[in-house]
This record gives sequence, C-alpha cells and structure tokens, in this order.
Amino acid sequence: MLDQAEGYTTADGRRIGPVVMEMKNITLRFGGVEAIKDISFDIREGEIRAIIGPNGAGKSSMLNVISGFYVPQEGQVFYQGQPRPPMKPFQVARQGIARTFQNIALFEGMSVLDNVMTGRLTHMQTGLFWQSMWKGKAEQEETANREVAEKIIDFLEIQAIRKTPVARLPYGLKKRVELARALAAEPSLLLLDEPMAGMNVEEKEDMSRFILDVNDEFGTTIALIEHDMGVVMDLSDRVVVMDYGKKIGDGTPDEVRNNQDVIDAYLGVAHD
Amino acid sequence: MFYREAGEFRTTYKEDSQTFPIRFDRWRYYFVLFVAICVIPFMVNDYWVNSIFLPFLIYAIAAIGLNILVGYCGQVSLGTGGFMAVGAYACYKLMTAFPDVSMFIHVILAGVITAGVGMLFGLPSLRIKGFYLAVATLAAQFFLVWLFNRVPWFYNYSASGQINAPERDTFGILITGPNTEAWATYLFCLIFTVVSAIIARNLTRGSVGRKWMAIRDMDIAAEIIGVNPLTAKLSAFAISSFFVGISGALFFSVYLGAVEVGEAFGINKSFLVLFMIIIGGLGSIFGSFAGAAFLVLLPVALKVVGVDWLGWPTDIVAHLQLVIVGALIIVFLIAEPHGIAQLWRVTKEKLRLWPFPH
Repeated sequence: MLDQAEGYTTADGRRIGPVVMEMKNITLRFGGVEAIKDISFDIREGEIRAIIGPNGAGKSSMLNVISGFYVPQEGQVFYQGQPRPPMKPFQVARQGIARTFQNIALFEGMSVLDNVMTGRLTHMQTGLFWQSMWKGKAEQEETANREVAEKIIDFLEIQAIRKTPVARLPYGLKKRVELARALAAEPSLLLLDEPMAGMNVEEKEDMSRFILDVNDEFGTTIALIEHDMGVVMDLSDRVVVMDYGKKIGDGTPDEVRNNQDVIDAYLGVAHD
Repeated sequence: MFYREAGEFRTTYKEDSQTFPIRFDRWRYYFVLFVAICVIPFMVNDYWVNSIFLPFLIYAIAAIGLNILVGYCGQVSLGTGGFMAVGAYACYKLMTAFPDVSMFIHVILAGVITAGVGMLFGLPSLRIKGFYLAVATLAAQFFLVWLFNRVPWFYNYSASGQINAPERDTFGILITGPNTEAWATYLFCLIFTVVSAIIARNLTRGSVGRKWMAIRDMDIAAEIIGVNPLTAKLSAFAISSFFVGISGALFFSVYLGAVEVGEAFGINKSFLVLFMIIIGGLGSIFGSFAGAAFLVLLPVALKVVGVDWLGWPTDIVAHLQLVIVGALIIVFLIAEPHGIAQLWRVTKEKLRLWPFPH
C-alpha cells in the first residue's frame, strides 16, 4: 500500500499525497564523528512522519539537515521533486518549511502577538519607504497578516496572552506560542523537534490534539521528533527509527513496533 | 483614576496597531505637539533655544538613531560620534558646494551619505557580535575622526582645520550662520525631530522592526523563520546612521556653527548618546526622548541649583555632574535596565488602578 506513488487514504479517511521531501543517502560528519550515516527516507504530503531513536541517534541533526542548518557531506535532499542546492536557513524558510526547537527559541523581548507575527515575515514584502509612511501599503499588509496571525492564535487558544511578553509565560505555553509562530508562516512542511519534551500528561494531550488538528484542518505535512512512544505510535502515520546515526527501521507504527532491530536498540541486546 | 482605559474598545486591527491606542495618550501627544509648534516658537529667546531646545532636539534624533541599532537590533555601537561627524562634514561640503540649495535638502542628503558609511562599517556585524562588534565600531569612531582631521579636502583646506557653517536659508529664512533667529532654528530642528520620531516609530512597529527585534532576541531563530541576517542588520545600520547623520548635520550647522572634529565628535559624544539610550530606555522611541531630555537638562539644572542658588564654584558643579551621571548609569543598569521608559510604563500600570490597587 505504501508503495503507491500517487498516495493513498488512511484508515481514518485522511488523504496522503505523493512524496514532498526525499532524503537520499544523507551522510553528515562533524570531523571524525559520523552523526548521520547513509540515511534515506521520504516524507509524503499530508502525513505525520515521526523520527524516533535513543539519545544521540542523530534525530536532531537530521532535522537540522532538512531545515538547512547543516549541509550534509554526502547525499541529496529532494524537495517537491527538485534536488535542493545547499541553502541558508532563511532561504529554506521561504520555501515553506517551518520548525520549532527542542529548547524553546522564542523572542523573549517581544509579546506573544509580535512573536506570531514574526512567523508572517516571509509573507510581508512592503519596502522600507512604504513602511516608514505606515499609512497605505504597510498598514494594509499589517492588517491582512494580523488576520492570519489571529486565526492561528484562536486556533491554539492563546488569545488571552496575546499582549503578554513571552518571557513571563510558563513553559507549556511557550511551547504552544512557538508552534503558533511556526504555523503563522502557513508552512507546507512543519518540523517539530520534541514538541512534548518536559510536559505533563495533560499538556501532552493538549499538544497532541493541536498537532492532529493542524494536520487535519490545514493539511500541513508534519515531521516530528518525539521520545514518548505512546504519543508517537498514536499520532504518526509512518515512523523512521534511528540509532547511532543509522536507520534501523521505517514503516507504520505497527511494523516498527514489531521490528527486532528496534526492540534491540531500545531494550538492549545480550552479547554472548 | 488619573489614567482611564475602561470603556475603550478597539474593534479593528488598525485601531489596535496605532501608536497611541489609548485616547488619553493620543490627546496628550497632540497637545504636546501643539505647544511645541504653536506656542514655544513665540516665547523662546536665544538662551532657551541654545542651551535647552536645540541640544535636546538634536540629541533626541541621535538617540533615536542609536536606539534603532542598539535597542531594537541589538548591535552595540560606539561609533555614534564618528557617524555624527560624517553627517556634519557631508553637510558642510554640500553647503559650500551648492550654496543655493535649501538647507532641508542638505541635511537629508547628509543623512543619506551617513547611511552609506554606516552600512560599510556595519559589515563586520555579520561576523561578530557583542563586545567584539563594539570594538569594531570603536575603530570606525577613531578612523572617521582621524580622516576628517587629516584630509584637508573635507575642511576645504581652511587654515584652522575647523569647519564653519556659512549662512544658508530655507524658504528665505536664515537657518545657519551668526544672524539666525531663535525661533527659526528651533522650528527647523523640531521638524526633523518630529519626522524622525514618526518614521522610527512606523518602522519599529512594522515588519522591519520585528525583523530587527528577532535578530536582537535570538538570531538563529530569526534566520529559521525567514529573516535574512544580512539585510536585517545592514538595514538597521543604514537607518540608524541616517538619523545619526541628520543629527550630526544639525549639530554642526544649526547648533554649533563651527566645529573641530576631535572636540565635537570625539568618543565622548558616542558615550553620551549611548548613556542617553541606556538611561532613557533601550528599545523605546519615548526612551530616546527621555534620555536626551535628561542628559541635556541635568547640567542646566545643576548649574542653576549649584552655581546660581547655592553659590558653589563652577568646577565643583561640573565634576558633580560627572559623578551623578556615572552613578545614575550604574543604578539604571542594576535596577531598571529598560530605563526611564520602563519606569513610565510601570507608573502608568499603577495609575490605571489607583487608588484601589487590588
């Protein structure tokens, strides 16, 4: 079923499209350390793709390769069918790839609204001259983008803290604001680096609901890294498992769960 | 009680993003503007203009410029004096080369030239940050002062090495030179200050302002959401230098009239403007005004109190001023890093609830 190039429909009726991003034989080295060894996988349109693995497996490095922070020494990234030349992160962002960070990377000195509005920057083109006038072009653009930002704020239920400086917010809310900022860019591919790290069960449930809603309502393709196996198995359509920089499993949650290599990597294996 | 927000509802995003969303603030702003334009010009004499209004207005422009760079974009600069010198010398060369052109044009062009120079010296900011960038801009400061001292072309080969502002006018009204009217120079500077403040405010509340603040708060995250650090930092340097250049041009042509570059635009000037924005408030246009007013008024107030009322010797009062400014900077850095602007914000919050804070 997964081999169908044009996509398929999942059990719960979501449409999974063709491949949007393909990583082909990616190898990433830091000096003598091989963080990623010859990994290939793809991400299909509209799916939730999880990358899991023990600590130090190279998951975050993989995400950094996708978002342009690291340029792999070998291999090629294909985005929407085209091989992607080495790019700066801001160029990747302009292609419609947004991400969140494992350690929150919000702009602490700005309000929640301003943070979400920074997510709209790739959509705001007014020149400096018109901005210095404000009336006219700049104001129209501001209002139009504010509407989109407010839609995201409503969607993630952070209306009440709109004008609060981010530095004053608790951890769980900061995570949500960061998701809002990434969503405000209306990305075609959303990368989430441990969206539920350090959260309690209730917050995890909220965040899972938001991720599913985002995928459902906006049709956003999502690639996420997560350590909570229960969450990963429930949320994702397909899972890549990494260990020591190598890919040891790839498939639906059920396939991965029964994969002997994956069980060995997580539970350990007897050497005798 | 004094400060009412209750009953004010903003129903459009346009209303919500205006500079003074609260009606009371808005009216106060119009009132201050009205007094500044329609009342003060008819009341001022030379003493008031030369010791208070001109330095306040001119330093306010410089502080706005530096605040854009340091307060909004987070790029520390110690080159303000040097960039003011660029504005002053550019204005001087333009004034002597094109005597018939209006002073407005000269001052604006001086700003544009300074913007170019600022961008050039802003290039290292793409590689270095923090203290190291501060040292790089310090190099700009010393280099520019040296350049204007050593290359005679800049001071038109005058024997003294000074530059003197010739008499120039705009719309037939004398703006520079010894025979100017107090109200004319005041209004001329006021126009530049008000327009600079409005432009700075418009830029900082819009998308370019968010780009700068994103770079300031976390440059990696800024890049990941699509901010090009090159254009963001260089635009901050350009616009900051534009305002600083305008203030330098006004400082030389309208306020001092004659300038020796090492004295007028030395490293002390860079620090003075930096102190203004630290005391006034980093990342706030109002703070630029508050800091400029504070550091311009403090010496005047001390002189009135110390010399005129208490009869202390002048040198003691002058030294006392240095002590007070130094102490204040330490106090502000520790107690209120966001300066007078933040104190004002907190006061407003309190006044909103007074006299029933709970």
